[in-house]
Amino acid sequence: MVWTYRTAVSIALIALLFGINWALDQYVIDYIVRIIMQCGINAILAVGLNLINGTTGQFSLGHAGFMAVGAYATAFAVIHLESWLGFNASNIPAPWMQGLLLSVGLLFGALFAGLAGLLVGAPSLRLRGDYLAIVTLGFAEIIRLIFTNTEALGGATGYSGGRPLGLPVYTNFFWVFLWAIFLITLIGNFTFSSYGRALRAIREDEIATEALGINTTRMKVLASVISAAAVGVAGGLFAHLMGTIRPDDFKMDRSVAMIVMILVGGLGSVSGAIIGAIFVGVTLEAMRDIQQYRLLAYSLLLIGLMIARPQGLLGSRELRLPAFLRRKRGGAA
Amino acid sequence: MTTPALKLDNIAKIFGGLRAVDGVSFEVAPRQIFGLIGPNGAGKTTAFNCISGVYTPEQGTISFFGKSIAGRPPSEIAALGIARTFQNIRLFGDMTVLENVMVAGHATIGFGPLAAMFRLRKQAEEQERLAARAHEILRIFELDGLAGEFSKSLPYGSQRKLEIARALMLNPKVLLLDEPAAGMNSREADSLKNQIRWLRDTFDLTIVLVEHNMQVVMNVCEQVHCVDHGQTIASGEPLHVQNHPAVRTAYLGADVDESTLRQS
Repeated sequence: MVWTYRTAVSIALIALLFGINWALDQYVIDYIVRIIMQCGINAILAVGLNLINGTTGQFSLGHAGFMAVGAYATAFAVIHLESWLGFNASNIPAPWMQGLLLSVGLLFGALFAGLAGLLVGAPSLRLRGDYLAIVTLGFAEIIRLIFTNTEALGGATGYSGGRPLGLPVYTNFFWVFLWAIFLITLIGNFTFSSYGRALRAIREDEIATEALGINTTRMKVLASVISAAAVGVAGGLFAHLMGTIRPDDFKMDRSVAMIVMILVGGLGSVSGAIIGAIFVGVTLEAMRDIQQYRLLAYSLLLIGLMIARPQGLLGSRELRLPAFLRRKRGGAA
Repeated sequence: MTTPALKLDNIAKIFGGLRAVDGVSFEVAPRQIFGLIGPNGAGKTTAFNCISGVYTPEQGTISFFGKSIAGRPPSEIAALGIARTFQNIRLFGDMTVLENVMVAGHATIGFGPLAAMFRLRKQAEEQERLAARAHEILRIFELDGLAGEFSKSLPYGSQRKLEIARALMLNPKVLLLDEPAAGMNSREADSLKNQIRWLRDTFDLTIVLVEHNMQVVMNVCEQVHCVDHGQTIASGEPLHVQNHPAVRTAYLGADVDESTLRQS
């Protein structure tokens, strides 16, 4: 019963994405499509970060590091998978094969980023507030410096898998949004389950949560791993959209951009994070001409937001689907 | 003799040079209402925090129905069956009354994070079970009508009740109440006495309470243990403890010669 409903929705969704993908290819200029894809990637970043920063209330300032791990791991996996399967410049994989290669790569990206989330989260999530922010920031810098100094991954000039034309550009609208919807659904389900409730309890009062039989450290690390894995997938999509990745792509300003997204949308709200992600994606593009002032613009934006609407656009509320699209919760059981 | 529900043996907790709890021992029989009293700073709450695992005592053992629990993390102790409330109410303010209670059932859910992400059937069933149980408890406490309200919007008395309801969601065998009468007027404190007995009988609990309100303690407790400066000064029946000279000294100060009073 559950599965037939889900299969139907999934097939409809895939068909829809496929259709939009085709239409965009035909009628919309690449520039706009690229911005749309950026927004999709941003949505994954924001929803991923929101799980730990918003829902759990543990302020991480280092998610650019997890994005970097995801990007490098995905690119590395795709490049090696390709040469193992015998694809090269004269034998490029078919479009469907490209997406498949990318997706397998993204699984590696998620795996390694999740592992990084575990390694960083396990020691640092015992800290609170500003301490946690500083430590996660430090970890992100360490990760960036490791990539900068690893010659096998291109060092400071970046990783292109030893190809003159850079990484294969396999990221397209279809795959960005398929992954975005998939991950946002998973994280949304998680957030609205008993686990999410426990995470929100940790945000409200950690001592009381612990006194209710919940191992708060383990819960926080779990949230960190899921969050990092999602952000890692976004990193992988980013890598195969840009065609090249450099350690400098994952500096602190990227972490700040992610935080701006969830602050704009409203901390702790999944739908708010998506709105914030789109907002930042579009304004970022609009500010392309004044790029050097971007951090300044972010700061002004944040100050304005804190004055006008400190809880973000949605606060911690959620936008909900109209009633006729909603399925009764637990109705299948 | 039956195994005591809770047994503290020579517990000590030291903060720097301060021996907040210094060699305290007591036993609480199953289904007993036990009072832990003492003047401010006597170490009552510290002893409580040792039992619930917030602190690890430097010395001594704590056993719960014969099982040693000293040094285990609070979450494990809570899951074993020792629930507590806090002196300053610690509710999850931005969560609803129902959610506050449901959180306490999280430790008993039978599904992993992946089942939650893919929303498997097991998850929906467990969700229903938790919600049903939470509603049941809320109904007993007459809070069911407020299930959808944010807990921070509740009046003080209801918040206290909700905190107890939340603790009971853990299905505890022992309930630790930290100053349940704090902030209550005399009429509320009066009804609290009956509520504590009623709690014990309804939920088949062993109750340990730290309390300042002597009227409540003397009325409701079957056994009282008085500490001062971290050490036991009296233990036994309420009346015995109340009239114990050491207790009177601790609360009221040493006897003063009446003649000196008259002179001044």
